[in-house]
Amino acid sequence: MEAVALKERENQIYIKGETPFNIVCDKDSLAGAVSQRACVFCGSRVVLYPIADALHLVHGPIGCAVYTWDIRGALSSGPELHRLSFSTDLQEMDVIFGGEKKLRQALLELIDRHNPKAAFVYSTCIVGIIGDDLEAICRQVEREKGIPVIPVKSEGFKGNKRAGYQAACDAMFRLIGTGETSNISKFSLNILGDFNLAGEIWMIREYYERMGIEVVANITGDGRVDDIRRAHGAALNVVQCSGSTMQLANMMEEQYGVPSMRVSYFGVEDMSEALYDIARFFKKKFPGDREADAIMERTMALVQEEVRNLMPGLEKYRKALAGKKAAIYVGGSFKAFSLVKAFRLVDMQVVLVGSQTGTEEDYRELEAITDPGTIIVDDSNPLELTSFLKEKGVDIFVGGVKERPIAYKLGIGFCDHNHERKEVLAGFEGMLNFAREVYSSVMSPVWRFVPRAKSTE
Amino acid sequence: MDHENSDNREKVMSKNHPNYIATTNACKLCRPLGACLAFKGIEGTVPYLHGSQGCATYMRRYIISHYNEPIDIASSSLSEKHAVYGGGPNLKLGLTNVAEKYRPRMIGIATTCLTETIGDDVGMYLQEYAKDTAGSKGLPDIVNVSTPSYSGTHMEGFHGAIDQVIEQMAEGGPQNRTVNLLPGFVSSADYRLLREIMDDFGLDCTMLPDLSETMDGPAMLEYEKVPAGGTPLAAIKAMGRSRATIEFGRTLDRKGSGGFRLKEKFNITGHRLGLPIGIEETDRFFDLLCKLSGRPVPEKYVGERGRLVDAYVDGHKYVFGKKAIIYGEEDLVVGMSAFLAEIGIFPILCASGGTSGRLAEAIAAVTADILPRQPEVHEGMDFFDISEMAETLAPDLIVGHSKGYPLARKLNIPLIRVGFPIHDRVGGQRILHLGYSGAQRLFDTVTNAVIAKKQDDSRIGYSYM
Repeated sequence: MEAVALKERENQIYIKGETPFNIVCDKDSLAGAVSQRACVFCGSRVVLYPIADALHLVHGPIGCAVYTWDIRGALSSGPELHRLSFSTDLQEMDVIFGGEKKLRQALLELIDRHNPKAAFVYSTCIVGIIGDDLEAICRQVEREKGIPVIPVKSEGFKGNKRAGYQAACDAMFRLIGTGETSNISKFSLNILGDFNLAGEIWMIREYYERMGIEVVANITGDGRVDDIRRAHGAALNVVQCSGSTMQLANMMEEQYGVPSMRVSYFGVEDMSEALYDIARFFKKKFPGDREADAIMERTMALVQEEVRNLMPGLEKYRKALAGKKAAIYVGGSFKAFSLVKAFRLVDMQVVLVGSQTGTEEDYRELEAITDPGTIIVDDSNPLELTSFLKEKGVDIFVGGVKERPIAYKLGIGFCDHNHERKEVLAGFEGMLNFAREVYSSVMSPVWRFVPRAKSTE
Repeated sequence: MDHENSDNREKVMSKNHPNYIATTNACKLCRPLGACLAFKGIEGTVPYLHGSQGCATYMRRYIISHYNEPIDIASSSLSEKHAVYGGGPNLKLGLTNVAEKYRPRMIGIATTCLTETIGDDVGMYLQEYAKDTAGSKGLPDIVNVSTPSYSGTHMEGFHGAIDQVIEQMAEGGPQNRTVNLLPGFVSSADYRLLREIMDDFGLDCTMLPDLSETMDGPAMLEYEKVPAGGTPLAAIKAMGRSRATIEFGRTLDRKGSGGFRLKEKFNITGHRLGLPIGIEETDRFFDLLCKLSGRPVPEKYVGERGRLVDAYVDGHKYVFGKKAIIYGEEDLVVGMSAFLAEIGIFPILCASGGTSGRLAEAIAAVTADILPRQPEVHEGMDFFDISEMAETLAPDLIVGHSKGYPLARKLNIPLIRVGFPIHDRVGGQRILHLGYSGAQRLFDTVTNAVIAKKQDDSRIGYSYM
């Protein structure tokens, strides 16, 4: 049989239990391998995108802006400037003579038109080559207009999506520390790495409010420039999707002494643990403080209530789904940990798990929590994934838009767990929705018509 | 034809539309995307972008959301050091990897803004690659096209790729009976219909490209690395021997298209028509097919046309005098303008992100004998411009792809979804635009949208028309 992977990629695939843990990752995608990864620009864009009262101007030819126009379900409770796609739409003459003048004019025009609280200016591949001085233009316009104008160093070819996360964190870090922090409660936190898909951050904020904790800044779901400016006044950074905003938390810890904690809001287990961890943090920070004790009590009551409400509904899905096989391929591997646990909660078996940008540490953790025989893969591609799906007889594939047709073409169920989705999948309520999403794909009668059904009759 | 509110139009006419510096919500896509789509309609072909990894992934996501089909686009995945030292080694490595894993018949390479700007000479790299791999068996054909994204739109990318496929693959020789058909970028259903029409006229036809199967295929037991279908490579090679070329696109460059190349290089008679949308434009296409085949219009289409005329008559009063904004790719805008004009709808604004310089002229050519005056026609438009103009134009409906939805929502008027991308409905690839059957579908859709709008807005809510 023909090998599944290209030779250069073989060491990026590991099957649990066959050999001692060993996986190569965090390297450039192989030319011609049809990676599912995007680029540096993409990483920056997804992180900063939900800041709803900022202007997001993409400096480059039209593609980068138009492919990222309103593609994320990151909701805003107020302004929706982030849903517009702004570009300098560089033309040949700009490439030859430089795009600085056009950038400056575009910025002035858009700031006058939209009155944003800040502007982010994204570099694209070409800007890195023609050498436009974004820093200088941004500084000029910032002086002229009196709002922060921040260059995002996101030239597409200068690394992968993770480098883009770093560039986004660098950009936000320029805002942090410039806002007023008096009147912030000592029981306060910033939410990092939740993008308010389908309104998830509103639900998470409500949990924190019920616990008695003040949320200072959403970074970045339903995000606001003024909140981010005062984020350094929070007592704690709670970091989800650690790949994207952990760097910002680290920088804030170093400069402002704000400690951070990694959490996940997906699945009952991780969601509960996140809330308890936060309550424990404040108990430890303020020993004997009556309010800290009260926070813990409220947290326990909250978790108990939510889990009690959730479990009967979940049972129906568990019965139907028990024993089914799941495959996971996501952008960052942190989400994969939670998904593995979430599937276990409904007695499903994860047989394949991979990510675009996991680190060795991430994969080591995945190896620890998955069953023997599970395929663990870094920076995979359609041919590998389809081969694994077939080999493992998968019932449902969890991924994003690019993975969906791969599953469907083979007659396999699919659950969208990426940024285009419209369903709340985080929190306690999200676990039920997740189970329902999986159920409504796996249990659909349409699979009886696909070739796969006939072949297994 | 009587059109109300014509004074509104005069106002806009007299106002010179401001020329904004920034582009907001573009009404165009980038050039390499069009090339990838064109390559995807060729037998056994894997599109390949010579650039950084993100381009391929973004375009795949964008295309998948329309077709709901896998589309594997390979990439040179260039990183910083390649941008400094040139992307040649990665291009060659990528080609070798694609050849090994996909075993394609052809690889279609399109450049990106990155590789165009660093000055990569793809032609030279390919010559080197051919030397390096000389004697190896089973290697795919390779076609490359220059698609700098800072120049033109996805349509220049699409037509440029078709042109280069012909330039690099077609061969001359004794003339045969075949007719070349270059439809441009239409839906999978449209390509399917065109094949059927050519068959029904008994014409041997090479249609380039053909996305009818490659981007609208059945559920499979085994994943097809390269989906079946597409224009056969052997047929493309023989295109230089055909007896005629039919090319759709009234806004195409007169001296820079596949049809022009076939004429120049192989002296093949070219027939340039508009996209056959609506009765008039379809009649022109069918007239030509009658001439080329020496046959009358097959009964099937006589029947279709008859029923279509009957439907126009039955529904004409619901749509008469309505005003529409049409936006999107230039040739689609021309075709839709022809169709709307002939059913009594006034195209109050025809807008495109493209900048051929020929849009107004093309629209005049298909509407001048129906419309009492010409509509507003603007090239190089984005949705900010279109929205701004829409405020004074008071349209009754807008016609175009999914990205006009926010405008339709703001104006609380129907959006008639045509073209690409259809990201907010299923079945974009199955929308039929062309021929009498396409016009029938469009007419029913438009008329019903107008009726539904009236019904929904009505205080009474009649359950009959």
